[in-house]
Amino acid sequence: MVNNTLSGTRWKLVKRHWQLYLLIALPILWLIIFCYVPMYGVQLAFKKYSISKGIFESPWIGFRYFEILFTTPSGLMVITNTLILSFYSLIAGFPLPIILAIALNETRNRLVRKSIQMITYAPYFISTVVLVGLMFQVLDPRLGIFNRIFELLGGKPINFMGDPNLFSSVYVWSGIWQGMGYSAVIYLAALAAVSPELQEAARIDGCTRFQRIWHVDLPGILPTIITLLVLNFGFVMSVGFEKVYLMQNPLNLQSSEIIATYVYKVGLINADFAFSTAIGLFNSVVNVILLLTANQIARRTSDSGLW
Amino acid sequence: MKTDVLFQGFLQAFMWFWAIVILYPLIYVFSASFSSPHAVVSGQVWLWPVEPTFKAYEAIFNNPQIMIGFRNSLIYTALGTVISVVLTLLLAFPLSRPRFVGRGFFTWMLVFTMLFSGGLIPTYMVIKGLGMLNTWWAIVLPSALSAWNVFIARTYFKSLPEELYEASTIDGISDLGHFFRIVLPLSTPIVAVIALFSAVGLWNSYFNALIYLSNDTLFPLQIVLRNILILGNIDISMVQNFDAMVRKQGLSDLLKYAVIVVASVPVLLFYPLIQRYFVRGMMIGSIKG
Repeated sequence: MVNNTLSGTRWKLVKRHWQLYLLIALPILWLIIFCYVPMYGVQLAFKKYSISKGIFESPWIGFRYFEILFTTPSGLMVITNTLILSFYSLIAGFPLPIILAIALNETRNRLVRKSIQMITYAPYFISTVVLVGLMFQVLDPRLGIFNRIFELLGGKPINFMGDPNLFSSVYVWSGIWQGMGYSAVIYLAALAAVSPELQEAARIDGCTRFQRIWHVDLPGILPTIITLLVLNFGFVMSVGFEKVYLMQNPLNLQSSEIIATYVYKVGLINADFAFSTAIGLFNSVVNVILLLTANQIARRTSDSGLW
Repeated sequence: MKTDVLFQGFLQAFMWFWAIVILYPLIYVFSASFSSPHAVVSGQVWLWPVEPTFKAYEAIFNNPQIMIGFRNSLIYTALGTVISVVLTLLLAFPLSRPRFVGRGFFTWMLVFTMLFSGGLIPTYMVIKGLGMLNTWWAIVLPSALSAWNVFIARTYFKSLPEELYEASTIDGISDLGHFFRIVLPLSTPIVAVIALFSAVGLWNSYFNALIYLSNDTLFPLQIVLRNILILGNIDISMVQNFDAMVRKQGLSDLLKYAVIVVASVPVLLFYPLIQRYFVRGMMIGSIKG
C-alpha cells in the first residue's frame, strides 16, 4: 500500500513536470548517440571484425586481442611509455603550481602579483599545435634560441625533438610551462579562503612566515591538494593524443608511442578496427578502476573524494 | 628570522624565474617574426626585432590555405559554441530541479560518460554511419557536451534562490516559462563561462578534424598550422646549395614564427578579458554539488 502511494506521488510529479522531460530530451538523445551507441560498439574488441558482416554478425574470438597486446613488444612498449609520461608529469608537475600559488599569495605588491599571474596563465590559451610548433622553433639544435643560449654558456647543442631519451622530459616540462599558471589558480582560490583569524593568531603567536605557511596555509589547502591528486591519479593512463602525436617523429618513436597514438595508428591508419577497439577498451577499463580506487582512498583519508 | 628571509627569497626567485621562462620564448618568437630572414638565421635576434620587416606577414595574409582555415575555424567555433551552450543548459536545468523524477538516473548517465567511453573506433563508426564524415557536423557535434560543463551549470542553477521558483508557481508559470523567462535572463555569467570554455576548446583542438575530415577545403586553422609548423619541417634537406638552403631555411623559419604569432594573437588578445570568467568557471566547478 505504502509503495503504491509512493509511486503514485512520483507519477504525479512526473506528470506535473512533464516539460522538464521535454527540455532534457535533446541532450539525452545526444548522450545516447555519441556516448552510449559507441559503448555498444565496444564488443568489437572481442570479435573478428569483417566489414561485410558488420559489428553484430562478426564471430566472437574472446580475449585474443588482449593477449596480443600483453605479449607483443610493441604492446608492452606503448603501455610503459604511457606510464612513464604520466608519472613523470605527475611527480614533476604536481608540486610546482602549489609553490607558485603560495609565492603569489605571499606577494603583497598587487601589480606584481597580477602581472605574474597573467603571464603564467597565458600559455594555457595557446593551442597544442602552436605550442609544439613553438617548441620545434625554440628547441631547434641549430637555430633555436634555447640551444643558442646553451652554447653561449659553454654547452653543446642538443637535439631535443629527435632524442628518444629526452622525449619524456621535453613533453613534461613543456606541459609544465603551459599549464602551471592555470593549475595555480585553484590553489590561489583555496589559499584566499584560509581563515584570516588563524593567520592572525599565528602572527600574534610569533610564527615566522615559513611556520605560518607550513602550519596554517598548507593544512588549509590540503583537501584541495588531495582532491586534485586523486583526479590526477585517476587519469594516469589517459595521456592525451594531441600533443604526443605532434611531437612524434621516426627518431623518437620508441619512447613517444603511447596508447592513444597507437590506438589511432592501428585503427585508422592500418584499419585494424577490432584490435584498436580492444586497446582502447583496455585503457578505458584501467581508467575506471584507477579513478574509482583513487576516489575511495581520498574519501577514507581526507573525506574529500570527487563524489 | 634569517631562514625566513631566505624562504621569502626562494619564493620570489621561483616566481620570477618562471615568469621569465614563460615570457621570454613568447617575446622571442614575436620579435623574430618581424626580423629579416638573414638576422634570424645568423642568430642576431635575442630580444628585439632586427632589421624589421613585414615580409612574413604579407606572405601569410596572401596564403589562401591559412585564410580558408581561419574562416572554417570561425564557423566551427561559432556554431559549435552555440550547440554546446544550448545542450548544456537544457541538460543542466532539469538536473538542478529537486522534484525532477529520474534526476539520479540521468545524473549517473552523465557521470558514466566521464568514467568510460566507447573509444576511438566505435565513435568513428557511429560518425561514419550517420554520414557525417567530411561535414561540419563531425567537428561541432561529437564533443558538444562535456559532463564538467553540465555540472558547473547545474551548480549555478542550484544557487539561484528557490523563492524564484515558488513565485513562478504562484504566478501560474510553467516549468518551460520559468526556465526561459526567469532562469535564463539570470544566467548570463554561466552562459559566458560555458561559451568561453567551449569556444577556446573548439578553436584550439585538431583531433576531430584529423579523424573526420579529409577534404582540405574544410580544414580548420589548427590543421593548416600543423601542416606548416610541424609537417613542413621535412623538405629542407633536399636543397643542395648551402646559400640557397640558408635563405630557404631563413624564410621558412620566419614564416613559422609569424604563423605562431598570427595564430595565438586572437586568443591572447581576448585573454585578459576572458580570464576572470575562466577563473570564475573553475571556482564554480570546484564546489561539489
